[in-house]
Amino acid sequence: MTEIKNEQTKDLTPSRGLIGRAKAVDRIWTVVFYLVALFFLLLLFAFAGYVIIKGFAGATPEMFRFDRNGIGNYFFNTIYLVFLSLLISVPIGVMGGIYMAEYAKDNAFTKFLRIAIETLSSLPSIVVGLFGYLIFLVATHSQPSLLAGSICVAILSLPLMTTTTEDALRSLPPSYKLGSLGMGATLRQTIQSVLIPACVPRIITGVILAAGRGFGEAAALLYTSGSDTNIKWNPHAWINPSLNPFNPLRRGGTLSLKTWSSFTASVGAEDVANLSAAILMILVLSFSLLAHYLEGRIRKKMGDTK
Amino acid sequence: MSENSKFTARNLNLYYGDFHALKNINFEIEANKITALIGPSGCGKSTFLKTLNRMNDFVEGCKIEGDVLLDGKDIYKTDMSAIELRQRVGMVFQQPNPFPKSIYENVAYGPRIRGIKKKSELDEIVETSLREVGIWDEFKDRLHKSALGLSGGQQQRLCIARTVAVHPEVVLMDEPTSALDPISTMKIEDLAVEMKKKYTIVIVTHNMQQANRISDTTAFFLLGELIETGATKDLFLNPKNKKTEEYITGRFG
Amino acid sequence: MYSRGKEKTWKFFVMFCGLLMIALPIAIGVFLAIKGNALFYHYHHTLWEFLFTTTWKLKDDLTGGGQGGAAVFIVGSLIVCGLALLIAVPFSLAAAIFMTEIAPKTGNRILRPAVEIFVGIPSVVYGWIGMTVLVPALQSLFHLKTGRSVLAGGIVLAIMIFPSITTVAADAIRAVPVSARMAAYGLGATRWQVIHQIVMPAAKTSVLTGVILGLARAFGEALAVAMVIGKTPAFPKGIFGQTATMTTVIASRMAELMEGSEAKAGLWTIAFVLYLISLLFIFLIHLIAAKGAKKES
Repeated sequence: MTEIKNEQTKDLTPSRGLIGRAKAVDRIWTVVFYLVALFFLLLLFAFAGYVIIKGFAGATPEMFRFDRNGIGNYFFNTIYLVFLSLLISVPIGVMGGIYMAEYAKDNAFTKFLRIAIETLSSLPSIVVGLFGYLIFLVATHSQPSLLAGSICVAILSLPLMTTTTEDALRSLPPSYKLGSLGMGATLRQTIQSVLIPACVPRIITGVILAAGRGFGEAAALLYTSGSDTNIKWNPHAWINPSLNPFNPLRRGGTLSLKTWSSFTASVGAEDVANLSAAILMILVLSFSLLAHYLEGRIRKKMGDTK
Repeated sequence: MSENSKFTARNLNLYYGDFHALKNINFEIEANKITALIGPSGCGKSTFLKTLNRMNDFVEGCKIEGDVLLDGKDIYKTDMSAIELRQRVGMVFQQPNPFPKSIYENVAYGPRIRGIKKKSELDEIVETSLREVGIWDEFKDRLHKSALGLSGGQQQRLCIARTVAVHPEVVLMDEPTSALDPISTMKIEDLAVEMKKKYTIVIVTHNMQQANRISDTTAFFLLGELIETGATKDLFLNPKNKKTEEYITGRFG
Repeated sequence: MYSRGKEKTWKFFVMFCGLLMIALPIAIGVFLAIKGNALFYHYHHTLWEFLFTTTWKLKDDLTGGGQGGAAVFIVGSLIVCGLALLIAVPFSLAAAIFMTEIAPKTGNRILRPAVEIFVGIPSVVYGWIGMTVLVPALQSLFHLKTGRSVLAGGIVLAIMIFPSITTVAADAIRAVPVSARMAAYGLGATRWQVIHQIVMPAAKTSVLTGVILGLARAFGEALAVAMVIGKTPAFPKGIFGQTATMTTVIASRMAELMEGSEAKAGLWTIAFVLYLISLLFIFLIHLIAAKGAKKES
């Protein structure tokens, strides 16, 4: 023992003072991390709570109506537009994901394709909106419509659908595919009847996430879907197609656009905007919680305890 | 407690939740000797090793009863902190685990957290540590290259250099060669024998030949119990306990 | 069951959808480039004027002859996004470290879902709360004429990009092997020393990717910023000053301008610049990843 002591530099023996200081610093930072985490939880609860309570506190029964003054029609448009957009993005996105997972070869082209998908997912939604405006309105001399808006939202959710499907396919055990191919099924049959059905829970989670984001989208709709709405629920009025709620070619403002337009509108629109924001918040919260719940269930099923 | 003992465990019991992982261990580890802990997988030898520098603190639900003394001072019950303990009792792990930093930074890390900042001092420590482990000539021209680029055997020796750079009193080795090829294993065994002049070494090993080759004392663990301890030669030639005999003759394990 | 035709049609559709992913971003770029180019080719403005002069007075007719300096918007975007990063990054890193190193259980069960919910909140809601709560608060807190300011924009954007950065940073930190942490603890390091000397340096590259993704999101955000930053197309006078950004000018002006006019062409050019910037961010992320991979080997 004495031999060691002679040899070592004195500074290297553990020093109580230094350790004490290091531990104090450690404790301070631990407190900081706890505070930041707490701050964000509080911020989220305060934010969500404020938006929802404020929205309903200032609401009058008229505001809930499905007519010119209420936001019912905007609510309907929001749901309908997202529904239309999913009709477009889900099949294309799932097929794209199938291509990436099962058909794309490991080469430069696929790498480029991956970068393209990344680019698409990082494009500002207003840029996608402008593209839609250019193609569906300016180039075709059309009026703003739910269809144009839903295509823009679909473009925005395509990368999510593609990567969700690809990841889901890749995480399947290889035995699924080999088993089916081994029975003489073609790759198409294998994908359609074995692989995709096995991916459905994950794809649904992706769809819910995409829908949640779609509800809140505004920048992409600003110049494509029209911000006002005028529909009639009485079928006799549908002689004029622009009054038919289910006509995708009519103008259709959404809740998010309603919230946005109160910013530019004159005073008095505040209560309506508050209510729109509150309903949007509830929609988005419930969809992301649902997605989170489903994801948890899928994980549990796969035996992943993380 | 004998005079030369570094570590003393008295009535040591350890639980992982409901699982009784160490059962009433009484054991002394002598200074400047190599003590080998052997036994089949799950026998508690690694768990015991980890109680010696409180790496068990990171295992959730781990509960310890009894005393573990380092130089006569209880490492769990006195004011000695886990940090201070680990600065005195270094550890080499089963998988070589260099930091994703340069070779130099790996060795300099320990001295740095002990407050050494001067470059000249750090340079010196890095050189002596690498020399001590016998890899200075091999590494001196690429000190600032990433340690992740080294082979497994080189990484493990670097990890040993990193451990000795802070002059610990004890070096714990948790199956340090199980992930290495025979030649690297031999080098590390030679190194361990060389190192016992300066350090107390406790080594967990799966490999009975290894225990036989390098250790002075061997302890045989089975199902959380310490079955037998003794001078390595005696234990391997004349095991007193039947279970020890069965294990070292390869009848189970 | 087997039919050659069916297989062929199927494969065609799958390929088509795959290729659409390439076609879309390219088409978007090409169309914006064509429209944006009108400012230079049709209305004879120079790139120099567009990038480095500050007067944005383009005419809303087909004759042209206005001034097309977009420097204010470019600088405005840079300042607001920079400020947002400055606010968001420390908080994001702290939250990511909390989730992974300090309290992984609470982190995974509570903070992670909370952060995911933050990602989903629509930007107009952020903007609306920014406008009705944050702006008046800043106004009374700092005795301003109006709370609409660069600071308000920065704060709103910071809250918006915080979750994206946190998620990526947490993944990056989780990817640092446990064995490296144990090695440091084994040497007698405290948790903070392990975090800031071992874990964070090892996760640096991937964390940087997260920061860039956050920055990209901030650059592209239009409405939330527009609602809190005011409409003054001039360089901001400090963080309480007002300014305009590339996205806010598009969001607030596009609708009122005549198709084909000089002013509208200018906005298309700005949109194209936004497109180029998102390409740049993707490029940066790949560059960093490639460099990180090179360093590893």
